[in-house]
Amino acid sequence: MLVNRADSRPINVLVVGVGGQGVIMVSKVLAQLCLEQGYEVKQSEVHGMAKRGGSVFSHIRFGARVWSPTIPEGEADVLLAMEWAEGLRWLPSLEPERGIFIADTRRIVPPFAFRNRRRGADPAYITTRPDEVLDRVAGGYAIDATREAEALGNGRAANTVLLGALSTALGFPAEDWLAVISRFVPSKTIETNRQAFHRGRTVIEAGDLPDLSAPPAAPAAAAPVATATPATDRVTWRIEPSWCKGCNVCVTICPERCLALDQRKVAVLAAPDACTGCRLCEYLCPDLAITVSDGALSVAIEGAASPQPAAADPGSRR
Amino acid sequence: MSTRRRGLPSRRETDQDDGQRPRVTRWRRPAHEGRAGGNVEHNTTDTDTVILAGRAAAATEDRTIDDRSDDRSADDVVVRPVSRTADRTVRPLTGNEAIARGAWEAGVRVAAAYPGTPSTEILEALATYPADDVHAQWSTNEKVALDVAIGASFSGVRALCAMKHVGLNVAADALMSMTYIGVNGGLVLAVCDDPGIHSSQNEQDSRLVARLGNIPCLEPTDAGEARAFMHLAFELSERFDTPVIVRATTRLSHTRSLVEIGERHEVAPKPFVEDRRKNVMIPGHARARHPLLLEREAAVAARLAEPDLARIDEGERTVGVITVGLPYAYVKEVLPTARVLKLAASYPLPEDRIAAFCRSVERVVVVEELEPVIEDTVRRLGFAVEGKAVVPRVGELSPERLRHGLAEIGVLGPVTRPAPVVEAAPLVRPPVLCAGCPHTTSYFALRALGARVAGDIGCYTLATIEPLRAIDTCVSMGSSIANAVGMAKAGQETRPIVATIGDSTFLHAGIPPLIDAVYNSTDITVMILDNQITAMTGGQDHPGTGRTLRGEPAPKVDFEALVRSTGVAWVRQIDPYDVGGLFRTLREAIAHRGVSVVIANRPCVLDPVKIKGPPLEVREDDCIACQSCMNLGCPAIGWSDGWHDGHHKVRIDAESCIGCTICAQVCVAGCIVPTKTAAH
Repeated sequence: MLVNRADSRPINVLVVGVGGQGVIMVSKVLAQLCLEQGYEVKQSEVHGMAKRGGSVFSHIRFGARVWSPTIPEGEADVLLAMEWAEGLRWLPSLEPERGIFIADTRRIVPPFAFRNRRRGADPAYITTRPDEVLDRVAGGYAIDATREAEALGNGRAANTVLLGALSTALGFPAEDWLAVISRFVPSKTIETNRQAFHRGRTVIEAGDLPDLSAPPAAPAAAAPVATATPATDRVTWRIEPSWCKGCNVCVTICPERCLALDQRKVAVLAAPDACTGCRLCEYLCPDLAITVSDGALSVAIEGAASPQPAAADPGSRR
Repeated sequence: MSTRRRGLPSRRETDQDDGQRPRVTRWRRPAHEGRAGGNVEHNTTDTDTVILAGRAAAATEDRTIDDRSDDRSADDVVVRPVSRTADRTVRPLTGNEAIARGAWEAGVRVAAAYPGTPSTEILEALATYPADDVHAQWSTNEKVALDVAIGASFSGVRALCAMKHVGLNVAADALMSMTYIGVNGGLVLAVCDDPGIHSSQNEQDSRLVARLGNIPCLEPTDAGEARAFMHLAFELSERFDTPVIVRATTRLSHTRSLVEIGERHEVAPKPFVEDRRKNVMIPGHARARHPLLLEREAAVAARLAEPDLARIDEGERTVGVITVGLPYAYVKEVLPTARVLKLAASYPLPEDRIAAFCRSVERVVVVEELEPVIEDTVRRLGFAVEGKAVVPRVGELSPERLRHGLAEIGVLGPVTRPAPVVEAAPLVRPPVLCAGCPHTTSYFALRALGARVAGDIGCYTLATIEPLRAIDTCVSMGSSIANAVGMAKAGQETRPIVATIGDSTFLHAGIPPLIDAVYNSTDITVMILDNQITAMTGGQDHPGTGRTLRGEPAPKVDFEALVRSTGVAWVRQIDPYDVGGLFRTLREAIAHRGVSVVIANRPCVLDPVKIKGPPLEVREDDCIACQSCMNLGCPAIGWSDGWHDGHHKVRIDAESCIGCTICAQVCVAGCIVPTKTAAH
């Protein structure tokens, strides 16, 4: 257990996640616990952007004497990740020989990941699976903490499940953990949190882990589609100038903002590279002046190959 | 044209509907509210308490902790006894809380600040101390705050002014004169730099400003020293007749560690000193004061040379390290065996003591964050020194950066890095505007209208990144309006020119440029994004919110009347959740010749009240995957498993959606609707 070593050099715990998840709360529980166990503690975080969905991290160092408020790179004894991609981001911080990696497989996909609007594009979320990582670190555990907490009847106790998992790595008595946790949670949820804490311990100790080769639990599943090739060069955007009255509807409505009115007040495709072929302008042109087509689309029309599973395309009914 | 399509309820319609208006589910009382003197936390004589997430902390961190497990105010819970030996009481405090604690203990009577990360929590923490002890206030900007503190000093009481590094620039005018005048009551500035630019627009090193103004600049290493240095700063200020800067950095301000605390020492107010030659800076008086600054510099340096403030940690003499502030902790972490000269201040430097130290070691290394302030002095003293060759002039210092630097110059062995476990590049995850943020539509509309947008400082600066991409410039607090004036006067712009500025930023530095725009007959539109709070820094009050720092009622600025009084003829208020109305209003404003002002008025979804209404959902059968709603950049909207024409359909995360209806208004397919299950 790590705590047996804390007298000789500090123990370093790095807690990471996404703004709003409770990184700071989890850190505070640990810091308070270490304090009550008689250690010097430094807890360092950078907030400000924390609640705006950005990447959030908190360093907790405890021992007989702690100097630097931040954990030197490659010296984190435990990396507790409350979100999968954030765990991967901070992996280089982990002590390579002994470091323990505890990760929630929960995925929080940021709006940035949905920027590629090309035909068949996947969310730009990291594709590394837990089983590809856990064997390559000294100690690796992946838990679906939200699911574990929901199984106990309160999904909001997910962070306490993670604290339970963390407790197995550090070795303070479970009762001491629970005493601190109970002061941080609403009094009516103390029992739920106690169960959640023990659930986290059980998951780690019993090796009661989810199927790691499965893709992590995902709010937005990313079933890849057949057409991986960008269709840009094949998008054909046509307008019948004599039908266009320059109403500007298409220019305003284009999600990629790639249309403009030319000097004659006729709509033109000003930024062909940005066009994803979504056909919104075609649908909404009051004058029926616009036609959008691309290679993949014509293939679909000819019935040679559908770019997406037909069953998942109710839009074709429109 | 409006982007709202037929079949969709407008916001007003849903209001009249059955309770679709986002409703308040939780009211977090400001940490400073309802707090009389002698409360548990600060009454250290009666109770021994340690508070981890106590009142001072609650003012700031409470907002970042998880809502899922924090329905109870941290005030109520985490109060527990701490072991106390003899007269020693310790408490875990952040650097900012320790600065506030130190100031309170040192008997500060007046404190003022404008919020700015990472300094904000100093005044918030100070406001948790009894109002009878200290008057703490938000001021409209940093210069006003400093002038308030200066006035208190004139009146003979100890005064504190807190600000971030760029705030020091705003206050610099007053400061550069005040340094000539000196103090009556002690005057201390707590200035927080932001190495690494965690939440700022630049990375300036305020120590150079201290040097410019001949102002002593103390640099604590940790929270404990931050508290102690506040006592020292007030003593130096009064003893040497000078304002004093206590410089923190983001890392120090936001690191919590154990601090040994003490009692408050009341300092008897001094009478006002009627000395016009000292207090009135006209050329004749100032000329006489300038030489005194140089005498003062020498006298302070002599004090700072004493062993308690220029401490030597004995060690091996092959390498001697000179350091100051937080970098001292990194030195002790990475090079624990070296002989170290730890300075309490970076200005003025105790040159004789530095020279003696340099002679005592074989090789001199200076470890300091950002600019080579100490290194240049050591070099001027004639010693070979390695400083910025070891640690860079840019970015935040860290143990690993120091270790790499020391390895490069051969003081430490080479650093080996293991092969990365995962090869993939980390996920791009910038901060984003919140779900339901009222700024979203303002920028969505400006982008759609093809405006040239001069931006300003605040959350809304995030609208410059994908997918809103709506802000073209952002310089400093209040710059937007005058930048827009310049663009208009340059006569090169074919697009409509719009300046966007938040309510707090407008009051901070937006009024003079608005007057300038009117005075010089400029054809621009100014958009005041009034979310009724200083949101970026975590929800602080300002003169437009009707509350003070301590949560007491205050007169409220009437923005429309204020704008009209500057001579603006065209002013309109609009609810930014009314997307069609916003488009129409902006189009009119742009068409108006002369200065037009649009006040987009809708409270922040986080502060002071967290807003959460019934979420919306996507009727997936009707979604045509056009991604129009995705262009809002709302973090609640993502891709679903469904496809249309090779493109992802969208889904709305019910947990994060607050039901603002903006996306429903821009949806062309009319497929975003209220959740049936959320009728409770």
